Amino acid sequence: MPDATSPALSPSPSIELVAAHGVVRRDAVRGTVLLHPTDFTLYAGQRAAITGPSGSGKSVFLRTLALLDACDAGHVTWRGERIARSRIPAYRRRVAYIAQRPAMLDGTVEDNLLYPFTLKTYRDAQFDRDTAMRLALAAGRAPDFLDKLASDLSGGEAQIAALVRVLQLAPDVLLLDEPTASLDPASARSIEALVSAWFDANAERACIWVSHDLEQARRVATRHLTMNAGVLGGDTR
Amino acid sequence: MSDYQNLSLFDIGLAAALIVVNGALSVALDLGLERRLLIAAVRTVVQLLLIGYVLGWVFAFSRWYVVLPLMALMTIIAGFAASGRGRRTYAGQRADSIVSIWGSSWLIGAFGLFVVIRIHPWYEPQYAIPILGMILGNTLTGVSLGIERMTEELTAGRAAVEMSLALGASRWEAAQGPARQAVRAGMIPTLNQMAVVGLVSLPGMMTGQVLAGQSPLQAVRYQIVIMFLIAAASGLGVVGAVVLTYRRLFSSDHRFMASKLIERNARKRAA
Repeated sequence: MPDATSPALSPSPSIELVAAHGVVRRDAVRGTVLLHPTDFTLYAGQRAAITGPSGSGKSVFLRTLALLDACDAGHVTWRGERIARSRIPAYRRRVAYIAQRPAMLDGTVEDNLLYPFTLKTYRDAQFDRDTAMRLALAAGRAPDFLDKLASDLSGGEAQIAALVRVLQLAPDVLLLDEPTASLDPASARSIEALVSAWFDANAERACIWVSHDLEQARRVATRHLTMNAGVLGGDTR
Repeated sequence: MSDYQNLSLFDIGLAAALIVVNGALSVALDLGLERRLLIAAVRTVVQLLLIGYVLGWVFAFSRWYVVLPLMALMTIIAGFAASGRGRRTYAGQRADSIVSIWGSSWLIGAFGLFVVIRIHPWYEPQYAIPILGMILGNTLTGVSLGIERMTEELTAGRAAVEMSLALGASRWEAAQGPARQAVRAGMIPTLNQMAVVGLVSLPGMMTGQVLAGQSPLQAVRYQIVIMFLIAAASGLGVVGAVVLTYRRLFSSDHRFMASKLIERNARKRAA
């Protein structure tokens, strides 16, 4: 079993953020293995990309790290510790998962940006319209972006809105599940720029970017992994 | 009971012949319902004749150990009927239907029989059975609509549910939108019924009492009681069913187990 963890290749391997320990995922219905036993550690300051053919288990792996699907074996740790059930929402606040197809709620973009603050996990946080506006402008959106109806957004705009919804919450880790796969090049660049600005704002942040586009993986990441038939391949450059 | 008309089997046959109307419609509009119509018609006749004999016997032989099992059987049948609806199901849906119908109908039924109507003896079948039956019939509609809507909302809104969870929503925070929709959907038939009762529809029980010679004013009083029993029981039943569905599909570690939702046909094919 190849160990995908190679701290030597990362710039500051000191702080361990998210780690998978012998994580296995099986198809709930058929029982086939989707992800073979996988060890992986994401350190602060790392930008990792996972590439591989579709259906190889990239999303499965990312969803497992986000604890959206239960592991059939192994476990995920956060800063070296196992995550208690009651702490899972708090963990997901720190480790944000972005799906390939953004899910928008009814209402305006601003309504969507307000939604997280209705959740218990964010009791201590408050919506800041200026922050949201700044992020939207950084993504090349017009100032009226927040007032647009979510149902009127293009695919690219919706993904930008979904990303702003997460970035305004200042997570420590981003798990990006092919966020630009179905977007036009301009929108894809905006997404990349947003993530890049978020990453540069704090040295202790880290992200994993799943992509089937090698070109993009080279642009957005400094640590490169591959996924093939449920096996996470070691770091390559 | 002045001029009460007893119906002969011939009279019943005349009415049953009306099913031809539905059959003709089905053929003319190519609905493909002929088989189901026939089965439904036969079931109506057989089930009602059967229950007529059973009730006749139970009323004559009035013992709690006969009445209670019969009521339990009615409840279970209602649970089965409620769980047969909807395009999607999940393991345990039938149990959830039975539990939610049983709990709500018996609780509210007990209130109606013991507190409001105050029957003697406590199992008086002439009251207990028809009243529970009416409560069950309406609760099962609410419960099945509630579960159906919940599974539909969760299927169509899976992305939104997972988005909420991924943002850090608790399982209840992620599920409450669909759950609210489902409870609404399950309660609306009863609300509609309450809004038009007496204006558009004369409920069966009231009609029966009037036909049997009861004064309309007394019949109406019973009907009012029944309407509120039905409303309360189906409300409780819907909420219970939706909460049970939620607990099946969301794990305590705040995951939405979408793979548990299976299409009914797929399950049949696999079996």
